[in-house]
Amino acid sequence: MNTLMALLIGILYASGMYMVLRRSMVKLIIGLALLSHAANLLIFTMATLRRDRPPLIGEGETALAAPYADPVPQALILTAIVIGFAVSAFAAIMIHRVYQTTGTDDLDQLHTTDS
Amino acid sequence: MNLLLVAPILLPLLTAALCLLAWKSVRVQRWLGVAGSAALLASALALFAEVHVRGIAVSHAGEWAAPFGITLAADLLGALMVVLGGIVGLMVSVYSLGSIDEGRERFGFHPLVQILLMGVCGAFLTGDLFNLYVWFEVLLMASFVLTALGGERAQMEGAIKYVTLNLVSSAIFLAALGLLYGLTHSLNMADVSLRLARLNYPALENLLAVLFFIAFGIKAAVFPLFFWLPASYHTMPVSVSALFAGLLTKVGVYALIRVFTLVFRDDVEFVKELMLVVACLTMAVGVLGAVAQMEMRRILSFHIVSQIGYMIIGLALMTPLALAGTVFYLAHHIIVKTNLFLVSGAVARATGSFELKKSGGLYAAQPGLALLFLVPALSLAGIPPLSGFWGKYILVKAGLESGQVVLVVVALAVSVFTMISMMKIWSEAFWKPHPLGLTPAPVGLLNGPIAAMAAMTLLIGFGVEPVMQLAERSAQQLLDPQSYITAVLEARR
Repeated sequence: MNTLMALLIGILYASGMYMVLRRSMVKLIIGLALLSHAANLLIFTMATLRRDRPPLIGEGETALAAPYADPVPQALILTAIVIGFAVSAFAAIMIHRVYQTTGTDDLDQLHTTDS
Repeated sequence: MNLLLVAPILLPLLTAALCLLAWKSVRVQRWLGVAGSAALLASALALFAEVHVRGIAVSHAGEWAAPFGITLAADLLGALMVVLGGIVGLMVSVYSLGSIDEGRERFGFHPLVQILLMGVCGAFLTGDLFNLYVWFEVLLMASFVLTALGGERAQMEGAIKYVTLNLVSSAIFLAALGLLYGLTHSLNMADVSLRLARLNYPALENLLAVLFFIAFGIKAAVFPLFFWLPASYHTMPVSVSALFAGLLTKVGVYALIRVFTLVFRDDVEFVKELMLVVACLTMAVGVLGAVAQMEMRRILSFHIVSQIGYMIIGLALMTPLALAGTVFYLAHHIIVKTNLFLVSGAVARATGSFELKKSGGLYAAQPGLALLFLVPALSLAGIPPLSGFWGKYILVKAGLESGQVVLVVVALAVSVFTMISMMKIWSEAFWKPHPLGLTPAPVGLLNGPIAAMAAMTLLIGFGVEPVMQLAERSAQQLLDPQSYITAVLEARR
């Protein structure tokens, strides 16, 4: 499972980076979304994946038995997903406005403010 | 719950909410903005006084004890940064009364400024790494909207670069957080610091340190990650770019200081060496970029980059004196840089252009404004007895004590080039007659915040002793992370 996740995260990072480097603004936004998904899955994997080990203290026990699925990273991912959603919504509207004001989708055309 | 610690976060939130309630009345929003910023500054000063007298202030949200709940903690550096945030917020709020156009005000300029201030104060006060990420996102979201607000063509072009680079930085920060959590199973900075010291994986620690350095480096605009800054800061309205110039990159620097004094303490020699190189290149490349520019705010934007290099010096050397220099430099720089952007707005208002070629004649028409420009400009270049001189003096002295000759030579050469840039602005915008023969218009209210910040620069310059003592105490605190860790982990309530 870990190997599979590692491969998946790697592919997400690679394709996200590739998309960010493309000239089209739409692809740029998709790339940014892929990067944040990759980061979320990375957090998920780093917390050691475990099946059938909920973080519950069993009857008659006083502490959690050692191998358990850590709930904290999942809470973190949930927060990150919500933030990512808001950011994606903003970014989508922003590229729409950029397209409206500049009339182009090509990032290479948007260089007048560079120095 | 220590109310002093939450006030700098709650007050801007409250002000923003009130501004939203008064959405239809721009006038009410304006004065709410000024009142809210003033209240923020007052609460920041109260917090600072508390921290100054009683030491590190800690508060746990919901009374959950340390590594479990979200910790708010203010040491001297954090409290000082909150005060500086309050000063910049108040000055920009007052300045925007006379500067921001009504169209932007109608679409939420005032509440956005307050939310930005909330994010900035939150980032300065949090003691939890994931919470730091959340505050970063809060301030980024507000800054994204402020960047794009108005929708002019140049602005939109700047915005897309600003947004993209900052989102990449956030993704890297998040990934680094995940890896750090996998290693230490904690997010509370004090707790992570302890757990990391117990582990012994120098390779992984260095990797994580580099990831954090890249993530915060993009936000702080260090070489070679700074290109978003000079591409976007000159496109926004002056009030916004002054706010950003004063605070946002400095949040990145603050995060770097916090992470590299508290979390990654040992075993990161590689990153320390990297920082030395980065500091030199940031100073040099930034100032050379500025020399080539002929637009006032582009010049100033490149100087932000170059000045960030000075702040990294203290972090790279990590001696008490160097770190004190960095803290001093932060305080000096925030005030001076915000002021220079405010002056650039006044110049453009008076002469009609940010382009140096198209402006002029200000010294003859408004010698007062010209003098007010000279104070921050000479301070930025490091002319005694202004605040920038002392900042540079301390850093250069610390560099010599550590035997970093190259670093010192670069730092001194860069201040010569800074002087050239400032003299270019002086001779073009102030000294030469206006190319079209116009008489510059009066700028009225805009002079107020400029004069107040120039007075602060003079105050730091002439009363350097107490400020330096403060910086030294703050550096001692930073170099003794145990005091922070004990304060956080053993705080009751």
